Amino acid sequence: MSRRSRVASLLILAGAVVVACAKSPAPAPAPAPAAAPAVDSTRIRDSLANAKRMADSASAERERQAAAVAAARSSLVAKVFFDYDKADITDQGKAILDAKVPVLSTNPGIRIRVEGNCDRRGSDEYNLALGQRRAAAAKRYLTDHGIDAARIDIISYGAERPVAEGDGEDAYSQNRRDEFAIVAGGDNLKVAAQ
Amino acid sequence: MAQDTTRQGVHIGLNYQPGTKPGVLVLPIAGAGGDSAHTIIQRDLDFADAMNVITGIDQGIGDAAVNFPLVEKLGAAAVVQASLTPASLHIIVYDVAKKRVLATRDFAIPATPGNADWRMVVHDASDWVQQAITGSRGIAATRIAFIRDGQIYITDTDGADTRPVTQKGGGPLSPQWHPTGRYLTYSFFAPRGTQIAVLDLTTGGARALSATPTGLNSTPAFSPDGNSIVYTHGDEDGTDLYLVPAFSSDPARRITVGHGTDNTQPTFSPDGRRLAFTSGRSGHPEVYIVNIDGTEPDLLTPFQFGDDIYRASPNWSPDGRLVAFESRVNGRFQIETIALRDRTVRQLTSDGINEDPKWAPDSRHLVFTSNRTGVRQLFILDSESGRTRQLTLGGPARLSAWSRSLGSP
Repeated sequence: MSRRSRVASLLILAGAVVVACAKSPAPAPAPAPAAAPAVDSTRIRDSLANAKRMADSASAERERQAAAVAAARSSLVAKVFFDYDKADITDQGKAILDAKVPVLSTNPGIRIRVEGNCDRRGSDEYNLALGQRRAAAAKRYLTDHGIDAARIDIISYGAERPVAEGDGEDAYSQNRRDEFAIVAGGDNLKVAAQ
Repeated sequence: MAQDTTRQGVHIGLNYQPGTKPGVLVLPIAGAGGDSAHTIIQRDLDFADAMNVITGIDQGIGDAAVNFPLVEKLGAAAVVQASLTPASLHIIVYDVAKKRVLATRDFAIPATPGNADWRMVVHDASDWVQQAITGSRGIAATRIAFIRDGQIYITDTDGADTRPVTQKGGGPLSPQWHPTGRYLTYSFFAPRGTQIAVLDLTTGGARALSATPTGLNSTPAFSPDGNSIVYTHGDEDGTDLYLVPAFSSDPARRITVGHGTDNTQPTFSPDGRRLAFTSGRSGHPEVYIVNIDGTEPDLLTPFQFGDDIYRASPNWSPDGRLVAFESRVNGRFQIETIALRDRTVRQLTSDGINEDPKWAPDSRHLVFTSNRTGVRQLFILDSESGRTRQLTLGGPARLSAWSRSLGSP
C-alpha cells in the first residue's frame, strides 16, 4: 500500500468513527419495574438444570481445549532421539517431527530453538559438531514440511548437557537427542482444526 | 654463552652415553626462599625426564669449590650451584668430567619467595639448566589451561598456582594458548550459538570475535605466528574450518569443504602452513591433513575400508614430527601418536579412558585427560619412557592446552 492510499484509508476510518459517534442514541430512560412473575418451582428447577448443563458443557469444552493445547505444546517440545554417532532422523524421529508440523503451521507466531545433544562417549569437541548436525537435521525436516526456516534457531550443546548421568546404553540413548525450546509466541497456543 | 647461539638441530651440552640419562646434583641453596628454590629445581629436572636427579646427599660435596671426585662417584655428570639474593637468582652449572664451569646465568627474581612470579623465574632457571646440560630446553616455565566446573583454569606444570581465569557462566570450552602466553582463545555458549572469544590474561578482558555471531563456532587455535585463529564453523550443512585474523574484525575465510560432514579440532603444523583436523567425511571420525589454503586434503590416520575406529583430537608436535590423537581401542579411547614421515602409529596409554592429548613445547611430554583414578583429571606423560604423573586434583578437569615456554630464552 502506498503512503498516500494509507493516509486516505486512515481518513476514511476516522470519518466512520465520527459518524458512528454521532449516530449513537441518547441513553434510554430506565424501564419501569416489571411485574413480579408468578412463582413456578418447576420452571425454576428446569432453568437451573439448564444453566448447569450449559455451564458443564462450557467447562467440558474449556477442558477439552486446554487438553488440546497441552497436547499441542507437548508435541512441539517432544524430543527426537538418535543412534550412536549418527545425525539421521529415524522413523520414530519422523513421527515425532510430523506431530510438530501442524502446531507450527497453526501458530505462525511461534519460534523454536532446536538443541542438539550427544552422549558422553567420544571427543567432547567432536560431539559439539555432531550435536550441530543433529539439530540441523530436525530443522531441515521441518522446513522440508513447509515451516519457515527463519522461525527455527539451532544450537549444539554437544555432550555438555546430559539429562541422564552415568554410563550405559540407558543413559546414552536418553542423551542422544534434540530438544525443542519455544523461544517466542508460546502463549495463547492455537489448536489445529480437526 | 654457547646456548644463545645454538642453531636448531645442533647439540650443545654435556657429552654423555647415548640412551642413558646424565646424573645431576643440585646443591642446597642459601638465602631466603633457598629451600623452596632447591625443591622446585630438583622437581622440575626430575619431571623433565631427561636427567637423573641425585638427591639425599647434602653434605661434603663442596660449597665454594665443588668436590668433583666425590660427585663423580655419586654418578653426577653435572652439578648445579645456585645462590639467591633479594633481586637475583645466580646459577652455575659445572661439567663434572671436565671439572670446570659449563655455564652461568643471573635471573632477575621478585623479592617475594613463593609467589607465582617468583616460582616462574625458578622454573625458567630449571629450563635453562636443562638446556645447558642436555641441549634441550625444559618445560617447567609453561602453563596448562583446562576446563573445570564450567570455567577456564590455568595451572603451573607442577600443579601450583591453579586458578580460574574466567567467571562462571557461558560454559567455556577448548582453551588454546597464544604463542606468547598472554592470550587464550576458547568457545562459549551464547543464546543463538557458540562463539569464539579471545581472553587477555594480562588485563582479564575478553572479546568475542565479530566473525562468529551465530551458529556453531568452536575449537579455535592460534596460528604459530599468533596473528590468526583457525576454528570450526557450522550452521545447517555440517561444519568446516575457517581462518580469521585474531586481532581485527576482518571476515573469516573458509578452508575445508566438507560437504555436510563434521570438520573440527584444527591443529597447526609448526610452520603454520598445514593443519591436522578431525573429519567425519569417511563416515566416522578420522584425522586428516590439509594445506592452510584448503588444498590437498589427505587422510592421516590409518583408516582401512570396514574400519569403524573413532580417531579424533589431533595435536601436532612443536617439532613437526608427530601428531598425537585419541583412538578407540577395544571400546575405550587411548592416546596414540602417528609419525608424519612414515605414518608409524604408537599407542601410549592403556589404563582407563584417555583423551585430548596436547604436546608440551619439548615435543616429548603430553598432557591429556584420563578417568583412570575415577573422575576425569589431567595427567602428564613422557612419550619416551611412558612415565606418567597426575597434574590436577579436585573437581573433574578436561580439555587442556599446553602453553609455549613463558621463560626468557
